[in-house]
Amino acid sequence: MGKLRLLFVKEGRAVYISHLDLLRTFQRVFLRQGLVLRHSQGFHPHPIISFALPLSVGQASDCEILDFEVNEDMDGAGLPEALNAFMPEGIRAVDCYIPVRPVRELARLRCRVDLVYDGGVPEGAAEEIKKLLLGESVVIQKRTKRKAMADIDIRPMLHSLDILEAPGLLTLEAVVSAQNPGMNPALLAAAAEVHLPELAADFVRVRRLEMLDEKGEIFR
Amino acid sequence: MDQRLERILPRVQKPARYTGGEYNAVMKDKSRVDTRFAFCFPDTYEIGMSNLGFRILYGVLNQMPGVWCERVFTPWPDMEEELRRNHIPLYALESGDPVGEFDIIGFSVGYEMAYTAMLNMLDLSGLPLRAEDRPGLTPLVIAGGTAMYNAEPVADFIDLALIGEGEDLLPEVVELYRRARRENWDKPRFLRAAAEIQGVYVPSLYNVSYHEDGTIAAITPLDGAPEKVVKRVVHDMDKSYYPVKTIVPSTEIVHDRVTLEVFRGCIRGCRFCQAGYVYRPVRCRSREQLAEYAQASVQDSGYQEMTLSSLSTSDYPELVGLCDDLEAFCGKNHVNLSLPSLRADNFSMELMQRLQKGRKAGLTFAPEAGTQRLRDAINKNVTEEELTESLKTAFSGGWSGVKLYFMLGLPTETDEDVLGIAEMANHAVHTWREYASNKNRGLRLTVSTSWFVPKPFTAFQWEAQISRAEYERRVKLLREAITAKAVTYNWHDGDTSFLEAVLARGDRRLGRVLEAAFRRGAKLDAWSDYFDLSRWLEAFDECGLDPEFYACRERSREEIFPWSMISCYVSDDYLWRQRELAYQSVTTPDCRTRCSGCGANIVEGGECHRG
Ligand code: SF4
Repeated sequence: MGKLRLLFVKEGRAVYISHLDLLRTFQRVFLRQGLVLRHSQGFHPHPIISFALPLSVGQASDCEILDFEVNEDMDGAGLPEALNAFMPEGIRAVDCYIPVRPVRELARLRCRVDLVYDGGVPEGAAEEIKKLLLGESVVIQKRTKRKAMADIDIRPMLHSLDILEAPGLLTLEAVVSAQNPGMNPALLAAAAEVHLPELAADFVRVRRLEMLDEKGEIFR
Repeated sequence: MDQRLERILPRVQKPARYTGGEYNAVMKDKSRVDTRFAFCFPDTYEIGMSNLGFRILYGVLNQMPGVWCERVFTPWPDMEEELRRNHIPLYALESGDPVGEFDIIGFSVGYEMAYTAMLNMLDLSGLPLRAEDRPGLTPLVIAGGTAMYNAEPVADFIDLALIGEGEDLLPEVVELYRRARRENWDKPRFLRAAAEIQGVYVPSLYNVSYHEDGTIAAITPLDGAPEKVVKRVVHDMDKSYYPVKTIVPSTEIVHDRVTLEVFRGCIRGCRFCQAGYVYRPVRCRSREQLAEYAQASVQDSGYQEMTLSSLSTSDYPELVGLCDDLEAFCGKNHVNLSLPSLRADNFSMELMQRLQKGRKAGLTFAPEAGTQRLRDAINKNVTEEELTESLKTAFSGGWSGVKLYFMLGLPTETDEDVLGIAEMANHAVHTWREYASNKNRGLRLTVSTSWFVPKPFTAFQWEAQISRAEYERRVKLLREAITAKAVTYNWHDGDTSFLEAVLARGDRRLGRVLEAAFRRGAKLDAWSDYFDLSRWLEAFDECGLDPEFYACRERSREEIFPWSMISCYVSDDYLWRQRELAYQSVTTPDCRTRCSGCGANIVEGGECHRG
């Protein structure tokens, strides 16, 4: 019996697969490959499988983590290649190993937020946005679980920020808190839109680049 | 991914249904295929991907070297709005290429209510709706599926219809198209040649004239087109294509599972049932092959649900043996096996008990009519005793949810028959009280009635649909007669059934009505939230046609039907005889007990294999 951790990429057409659908998809991928997952006990046994950090629909990621348990003793070597033959387009396993660190040590996310401007990046936008996001506090409204709107300050959850400019494109490279509490990187763009409406982008694209721990080291 | 799409997908519901890229979706190199086929299903992704016929033909076409078949579904209104606003034409899921650029656009049409979705898809593709406005050979617009046994309402929009089963027929038509293109034929020449293929119906090669009263005076074939277009069938199910390797959607669909088609056709001969007549004769897959397909499909897909499908699965001759074969495999692989469309008899119930160990999902029975007399009239050979026995077994076996389906407005129905439905429901409640093994869970008994729609190629194709007022009166009568608290009574929306009755037996003059209704916003009529009969009534008004002429009029034996140029082998004489027997409440034995000479035996060269 063994615990395994799968590192995978989700991009392209697959970014629209929802969390629940992805769970179902992975269960099937394992079955296609012939790998039997360990099941929970009880009246409705279900396979033991979970994502470290659910990804929003529409966002891509280079560093998704799936934890699961198998009935045999194995270290996961060779499994990514074997699984990749059975994946839908856009999902690709890159590594599989016996996890040593608990998911709660996954503290931060390095991510990229693309702000696309169809008519070219407005003058000074990069500086303005940087000033806003690195200011003392960045308050935005967010829907709470009880459906009410509440003010939250995302500033404490932003740990670093770089902005690169290319024609028609501002790229925010940021490190944000991953959990407890974590922030969706899309909120960086949302904050810019609220506070600097004249700099609102025509389209926002988000990609997770790397999972980090509290110290900023790569989390595996 | 197309950048314009990338922008609209985050704004629509369930975007995964618009992306393609699923496991087993067929990708080909565009530069290495000569024929691109856009396979259109005029309903949503979730419905279309649940259709076995659609999956079969997708596989059959993609087996052809040089041909790439891709899928297209109707977008949900939020997506449609985004597409139109952003000037993105309808595209195929595999390549993302616009449908308008394909060589052949093929619709799979299972039901009449999808007609306006067909028009909407053509329109979203930027194509003229009418075939006459698409003079070139490319794109060729074709349609098949059960609804095409009467293709007349869409005759103006399609270049040709495929009648019957498509496994052999569709590749033949595609090959002819390729030849036509190689040899630079024009469209008329291609259509004339296509009409020589058995099963191909080319509407433009038939001239229809009308009497003053609106009935058809004559149907005249032109340019050597056949008097009768005879349906195609697959002869040997064991040799026919089965999609073992099939697309597994990355998002949930309606029937998200392996579907094993155990046989085609039906031995029963229910007199109202179009499928029962047009899919004759019955043809079975062998038990060995089914067991093989089952394992291979489960392995390939990773599905843990499997269903045996057919028009009446209890009638598969080796059902017990097949279930024996499957049970061991399913048990070991945690696969749930389900058997819908079972008859209400003891044999079937025992099987259900055996297979559904843990999960006691709801049970569904379709007695269709409330008295034995009326069940005999429609040749639904299930007795109240059988139903009661089945319910006993079900309730004592722990089932607590049962659905009973009936039709109102069947020919010869009287108030006694309507009230008989309430009696059956009350009876079921009693049976539950007496036999339920676990009364704590309570009983959920649902009685559903639909408004009977007479269909072409049935014994009731001559019948009038009862009037709306009469239908509503019978609903009320039944509603007041169902007194038991445990019973929920649902009745079908009348608007839909009325329009279905109009379209099912419509002639080609309805093309203008369809177009007018579409212009008024009809495009998702199969979805009650988006269906609005008033648009249609206005459209009829505008075209000077009366919908009641089609729905509520009894036809004479001599009348020429709009679909009289089509043959499903079952003769009108036979169907008329069946109608007469219905009025005498005399049943016809099933095909296995005794052949009643419907005409479909020609398919098998003389005698049906009924075993
Ligand atoms: S020919 Fe006889 S056995 Fe064959 S389908 Fe018709 S009635 Fe049934």
